[in-house]
Amino acid sequence: MTTEITFPVNQQQVTDFSKDRQEPQWFTDLRLSSLEKALNLELPKPDKTKITKWNFTSFDFDAKTDEKGSFSELSESVKTLISKEEDVKNLIVQNNGVTTFQSMQADLIDKGVIFTDIKTAVNEHEDLIKKYFMQDAVSSDENRLTALHAALVNGGTFLYVPKNVEVDVPLQAVYSHEGSFGLFNHVLVVAEENSYVTYVENHLSEGSNEEAVANIVAEVFVGNGATVRFGAVDNLSETVTTYVNRRAQVTGRDANVYWALGQMNDGNTVSENTTNLIGDGSYGDTKTVSIGRGNQTQNFTTNLIHFGKHTDGEILKHGVMKDSATSIFNGISKIEHGATKSNSEQTERVLMLSEKARGDANPALLIDEDDVTAGHAASVGKIDPVQMFYLMSRGLSEKEAQRLIIHGFLAPVVNALPIESVKEQLYDVIERKVY
Amino acid sequence: MTKPNLTVKDLHVSIEEKEILKGFGIEVNGGEIHAIMGPNGTGKSTLASALMGHPKYEVTKGAASIDGEDLFEMEVDERALAGLFLAMQYPSEVSGVTNSDFIRSAMNAGKEEGEEVSLMKFIRQIDEKMNTLEIDESFQHRYLNEGFSGGEKKRNEILQLLMLKPRIAILDEIDSGLDIDALKVVAKGINELRSEEFGCMIITHYQRLLNYVKPDFVHVMMQGRIVKSGGPELAQKLEEQGYDWIKEELGIEDETVGQE
Repeated sequence: MTTEITFPVNQQQVTDFSKDRQEPQWFTDLRLSSLEKALNLELPKPDKTKITKWNFTSFDFDAKTDEKGSFSELSESVKTLISKEEDVKNLIVQNNGVTTFQSMQADLIDKGVIFTDIKTAVNEHEDLIKKYFMQDAVSSDENRLTALHAALVNGGTFLYVPKNVEVDVPLQAVYSHEGSFGLFNHVLVVAEENSYVTYVENHLSEGSNEEAVANIVAEVFVGNGATVRFGAVDNLSETVTTYVNRRAQVTGRDANVYWALGQMNDGNTVSENTTNLIGDGSYGDTKTVSIGRGNQTQNFTTNLIHFGKHTDGEILKHGVMKDSATSIFNGISKIEHGATKSNSEQTERVLMLSEKARGDANPALLIDEDDVTAGHAASVGKIDPVQMFYLMSRGLSEKEAQRLIIHGFLAPVVNALPIESVKEQLYDVIERKVY
Repeated sequence: MTKPNLTVKDLHVSIEEKEILKGFGIEVNGGEIHAIMGPNGTGKSTLASALMGHPKYEVTKGAASIDGEDLFEMEVDERALAGLFLAMQYPSEVSGVTNSDFIRSAMNAGKEEGEEVSLMKFIRQIDEKMNTLEIDESFQHRYLNEGFSGGEKKRNEILQLLMLKPRIAILDEIDSGLDIDALKVVAKGINELRSEEFGCMIITHYQRLLNYVKPDFVHVMMQGRIVKSGGPELAQKLEEQGYDWIKEELGIEDETVGQE
């Protein structure tokens, strides 16, 4: 039996929206065919979390935001995430998908680096978008939410780094969400041969809390010898239901991807982070930390899939659980047949701060090749009383000792974020959420 | 300021219902170094852990005070703030917390805002103490005890001792697993603290640390209490003759806890 589903946006509205954005016909067609698919496809089925009753389809599609362009008009909460006006170099700020500030260093432009909003990219870099947008990484055929994403994409960023270009400063994007808006945010990162780039994104909620949906997709392509560092702090409010799918196609030989994801949403969240190690000798490092609080339910699945020979990868997932929150941590390390001499490691640790909270760590090693090494470790438990004793024996109060242990536990991602203001913000978010 | 004082009377301590300490008593004053010696399994480490307030040990009888304040009425952190320090035999590892952040937090614990040690002063102090203990610069930025070798952990305990300058310190087998050079360095650190403002209880199996830190009193523990006390010459005699003569003298067949 299939239940009738309706979206707040119909074919005509999608067509009009696409026209308004002056998108090429093929993109309009992609939207329309995806909308059709969304009606027929099922929701994704994250292991051990039932999301069929979650709100993914009730939202407002009018951004109610104007393009601005001046730094001074940015909100205070956005400003805490970024440098002072005079120090801002490479930054995109969007509110409900609409770009409100954008800046980029001239020398990067000269080198051929593209760092612009997705709306502009669809028009100005049509060939690249056509080649990469929801083709090989995340596809609109996967499930109802990826299809809906392709149909309704209304925010996000395109980052392109040409061959042999090393970008030694981090590029930052801040996406703020407001009201009952349905955000369909798409980030596309393409790093060509021997390039190097660091991208950091923040998601935050502003204004009053209303029921809303965030559907976030990031696709990352890493060419031969290239390195992409992708950092994120997700911090959407309690009333926002979030689907987030971040995926890397590490196609290049000896290519590297490093994820550092601080998943701090207060609402129900289903998150998938997938790294496909396709190129021989490629490397994937996936770190995720999260805090569950209140009554929220979250599911964090990390997939690390080895296709190429001599590929190496690591999953690290740390979660802190309090109140009556529920989180499922699924780690899947998969080594495909033929991926000889590969190595896959994973660690999942869940720290329980409340009797009423639930945290499950589910490590899985799926190995279809003999000549490999792999390992996993998983634990769910309270703060070690002997650790507390040690810290308190030096005079730290119980609260302070606990604070140090929790910050230490979440440090792998905090320390991996390359922008000082973002690092501080994540630290503050942790501080606020735990105490 | 009055001299520090630690007084322990008739202390009985159990772990998982098994009584380990059976009537231990001692008085340690500022300016004094006491060595607690004895074979394995006689309750030495239990004494150290129980006085600091380790969650696994239950005090069933007896009293202990620091500067006249009842130790067993205090939480672990309060004992530390009252001036008690325990250099642990097996210090915990805490991932993600750097050594220097931890030590600085510990130095500022219990201090009012504005009284805290400034960053510059802290750096100067820790550099100086690390120099004394011949500890590598990188130590500060490593996570607390994580991946430290046995010897590094011991040095780190002594570094904390020097930074926190307690009134009374208990050093629990701080010499085990140290080679002779490391032992000398650790001894240098302890000797630096010797003053009327500092009392110390050194728990050890071996006499060798006492060659470098000369004790004022030596006590032998068997069956969960002190069975013999004396001056430094007692340690020397133990080194030469072992513990059997004491057992013979006192008619003890098995010195470990739980035997009568």
